[in-house]
Amino acid sequence: MSKQITVPFGPQHPVLPEPIHLDLVLEDERVVDVIPSIGYVHRGLEKLVEKREYPEYIYVAERICGICSYIHSNTYAECIEQIMKIEVPERAQYLRTIWSEYSRMHSHLLWLGLFADGMGFENLFMNAWKLREHILDDMESTTGGRVIQGVCKVGGVRKDISPEKLDEMVKGLKGMEPALRDLTNVFLNDASVSHRLKGIGMLAKGDAYALGAVGPTARGSGVGIDLRQTGYAAYGKINFKPVVEQSGDSYGRCAVRAKELFTSIDIIEQCVKKIPEGPVEIKVMGAPDGEYFARAEQPRGEVVHYIKGNGKRNLVRHRVRTPTFTNIPPLITILKGCELADVPIIVLSIDPCVGCSER
Amino acid sequence: MTLDQQTTIPIRIDELVARTAQMKKDGLRLVQIGCTQVGEDFEINYVFDKDFVLTNLRITVKQDTVIPSVSGVYWGAFVYENEIHDLYGITVSGINVDFKGMFYRTTIKHPFTVTVTKEDTPCQNK
Repeated sequence: MSKQITVPFGPQHPVLPEPIHLDLVLEDERVVDVIPSIGYVHRGLEKLVEKREYPEYIYVAERICGICSYIHSNTYAECIEQIMKIEVPERAQYLRTIWSEYSRMHSHLLWLGLFADGMGFENLFMNAWKLREHILDDMESTTGGRVIQGVCKVGGVRKDISPEKLDEMVKGLKGMEPALRDLTNVFLNDASVSHRLKGIGMLAKGDAYALGAVGPTARGSGVGIDLRQTGYAAYGKINFKPVVEQSGDSYGRCAVRAKELFTSIDIIEQCVKKIPEGPVEIKVMGAPDGEYFARAEQPRGEVVHYIKGNGKRNLVRHRVRTPTFTNIPPLITILKGCELADVPIIVLSIDPCVGCSER
Repeated sequence: MTLDQQTTIPIRIDELVARTAQMKKDGLRLVQIGCTQVGEDFEINYVFDKDFVLTNLRITVKQDTVIPSVSGVYWGAFVYENEIHDLYGITVSGINVDFKGMFYRTTIKHPFTVTVTKEDTPCQNK
């Protein structure tokens, strides 16, 4: 047996936008064990339910993450609505779905850019982020915010989108589709990208399910879990098929995200065709008394918001389980047996969002 | 309206590992483990999913109760069990990857047991 050495990876590393530390136990260049360490950016946001009353706490919930911020606020609102048995207007449900898909697109394009950057493909990185700007522009023009939207509220949404603007948004997305095809074509078919990703960071289907992997990390290994299939918001009225890849490697996880961009465009288009006229919010009276686990499909996978209320203005508990948190055990399994040089790209392949995880 | 279904089943602490093992045998996925302080008690929810149906096994314990780890059944449970220990001070015995209180770096020990609730007042929009 070769002598074992431990190489620290992170918390600061060129491929890591946020701090996570991995102690990599190596035999020669091969990783034989991994000990993760988080907790560098734990903010204790969930504890703020004791200081903020539940309608205003949605602003805190949205700030759990700087990327999937909108979906956090949406899931929090849905959780309260389920406890209080609030029927949200149908138009608001469609608007929530549209913004959720925009959120997914901007997150996936952000990740594709970072992934390209991690591979040393700078031009691809710039192309991905150039396209992401279009998505952020639409988010800003409809909600007022690029990263933190503040548009979701308990009982509906704060802003409506005019029919003209909705048509303009679909035209814009359709117009950028050829550029998106060009971009994803490089990720899916370029020889140097394939060489860097295929067969690297294997996660078997059985392991992905047993270890609790979610989102593209699970779907890239053939586990077809996509919470949008539960029909929350307006997803129950939309036809779509989750993108599932069978390869289980970094390429599979990349391919899921690349292909989901087009699923999102299709969902937005269907929403714009089906969105009914009507109000976008209802007045909410009282306070939640009960508990509920609300789940949604974030760009990185299933997020769980648990809320327990006792009929008072401050909730008893708000607990969030983010997708990256549950993707840590699968990451450890993926890394065992890989080459040291592949560690950065494998870590990136699960799209880690550490700030989100630690809350 | 969501199609999500969920059921909470209160169980005794001595049933926990066996019931969790049965969940695994039945093909359920561990979604999360979370803790909620209710007065002097702590509710710990072990949430499982299969085909978008949630089953929540709940144990209710005191802070000084030692609870058995389920990481021997679901390997990935260690992240949740270390989190519960660090935030609530509840000891979990037999965790497969035990950070011994170093999972989260917090300035206050067991910060989620420190109550900061303001005096109860009626809801503004009641």
